[in-house]
Amino acid sequence: MQTVGRPTQPQAVSSIPETLTGARGLLQDEVLIFELGGWDKTGVDLAKPELDASDLGDLVRTEPIGLPGLSEPETLRHYVRLSQKNHAIDLALYPLGSCTMKHNPRLNEKVARLPGFADVHPLQPQSTVQGAIAVMDQVAHWLKTLTGMAAVALSPKAGAHGELCGLLAIRAAHVARGDARKRVLVPTSAHGTNPATAAFVGYAVEEIAQTEDGRVDLADLEAKLGPDVAAIMVTNPNTCGLFERDIIEIARLTHAAGAYFYCDGANFNAIVGRVRPADLGVDAMHINLHKTFSTPHGGGGPGAGPVVLSEALAPFAPAPWIVTGLDGYTLDENPDGAFGRMCAFHGQMGMFVRALAYMKSHGADGLRQVAEDAVLNANYIKARLSPLMSSAFSGPCMHEALFTDAWLEGSGITTLDFAKAMIDEGFHPMTMYFPLVVHGAMLIEPTETESRIELDRFCDAVLRLALAARAGDADRFKGAPFHAPLRRLDETRAARNPVLKWTPASAG
Amino acid sequence: MRFTEDHEWVELNGDIATVGITAYAAGQLGDVVFVETPDVGKTLKAGDAFAVVESVKAASDVYAPVSGEVVEANGDLAGSPEMVNQDPEKDAWFAKVKVSDPGEVEKLMDRAAYEKFLEGL
Repeated sequence: MQTVGRPTQPQAVSSIPETLTGARGLLQDEVLIFELGGWDKTGVDLAKPELDASDLGDLVRTEPIGLPGLSEPETLRHYVRLSQKNHAIDLALYPLGSCTMKHNPRLNEKVARLPGFADVHPLQPQSTVQGAIAVMDQVAHWLKTLTGMAAVALSPKAGAHGELCGLLAIRAAHVARGDARKRVLVPTSAHGTNPATAAFVGYAVEEIAQTEDGRVDLADLEAKLGPDVAAIMVTNPNTCGLFERDIIEIARLTHAAGAYFYCDGANFNAIVGRVRPADLGVDAMHINLHKTFSTPHGGGGPGAGPVVLSEALAPFAPAPWIVTGLDGYTLDENPDGAFGRMCAFHGQMGMFVRALAYMKSHGADGLRQVAEDAVLNANYIKARLSPLMSSAFSGPCMHEALFTDAWLEGSGITTLDFAKAMIDEGFHPMTMYFPLVVHGAMLIEPTETESRIELDRFCDAVLRLALAARAGDADRFKGAPFHAPLRRLDETRAARNPVLKWTPASAG
Repeated sequence: MRFTEDHEWVELNGDIATVGITAYAAGQLGDVVFVETPDVGKTLKAGDAFAVVESVKAASDVYAPVSGEVVEANGDLAGSPEMVNQDPEKDAWFAKVKVSDPGEVEKLMDRAAYEKFLEGL
């Protein structure tokens, strides 16, 4: 090879120059899609429609709608560049406590893309989608079996939508017996959606105090229960990552007061296959398919929050109900007793397929191990990090490990600073400042899908940061992140003066 | 000025009590980004949630330190929530309340007692 005049060794430089374009090597500086595409061009070559615009009268558009026109490669590249600036479960462990960011198995995706599932339409005749309805029926069967409950409403679109469904069923049951009630009790450590749901349904919300060891205060619950309490909403395991030991007594007290027991099933992944909520006295519980049953989160796919209902609430389940008969499967859209419906159609078909793929690939014994491994992994993290970081509660945890900021006291470093420094080390931060019941909360949930090697890689990084914090290396934290595509964002200004709409530069 | 264990302050002038949240509360919340004050004319019972304060960390209820009727709410807080961090115990008052029982104020902690209470947290 000719090497004369082509030295391959880098020359020493005194400082690293900023790039001229704002890009950093492979990481492109990306603008908004509106700034990328012109209004005057289009990526799709469509014939001009032969429409008679006169029918529209003065509704005919006189100005461009303002959508950016982009070609297919421009569009694709824009979103690939954006995705490269983001953390993802496919990139590294994603320890966001309370969210259960587990791996989405590729098998789920493969099955969901089968044309018989991917290409069906909710308005197709039901006789032509018997397989799809059979999948819904099987998902319903698994959810009822795993929870021991009498019925399930598959249609709610997410956890909070499921809470709404559960409370509407509870209200319908109270109303049916002529006993409308006014209050819903919620522990202080609850997900914010619990009191929001109760308020949305029209109930007054009252907090139940928490004990020193992070659980529902039975005496306070007993004092607040009364003939006007419609329901309690308890998360188990709770948001502190702890199993509510008195759950059966909580259910007994609740039922004795004539109220129903709504369980927030967000953390069902910690007990699936080991505990049947029906045996604990639960009347209604939503199950986040994207948490326990590995369907994608948020932008990765629509949510699904089926709600299982006890014998007492089953008659009020929302439409549609799956009915099997001589004609095979049908969806009954107007069943007697249903309190109504949660949405058009029947729920998120694609999520049902993925969840069933997960259930069937694990089997009953595999799902039991899911819960065991989720708890084992969280306790492994708790054990490795506890020597340097302050655990919020003593004893083993369930699926997530909760730390306080007590160990940072005097360092000048906050939970937020520590979380930002984790970004520099290549990890998504843990959940911060939630639950509210402990100071400077750091909530870490590894999920069952991480191997010991991955857990160690994560713990090693966090421990090295913790050592740096304890050694007084505050600079590493106060300005972090230093290596992310964007530096520390001004969350306060964003919250106080949110800019929610892009306006073209020419319009000021 | 008197204080509650929920970190509200109250200052009584005649039968009008000015109420807000303490500097300690503002510090714990972090940067306040939103404040919802009560409607004028609303009747409060001591201990009831009467306002909402939201920071980058959390949203919290603010509890009425005294019973009475809201006669004025601080309209500046909606547009300038940062006042709660800058001057929590003066300019960033939440509401003025015509108290129904001035004796309720007497029962609250004075500054020395509140500071002692904070030390125990």
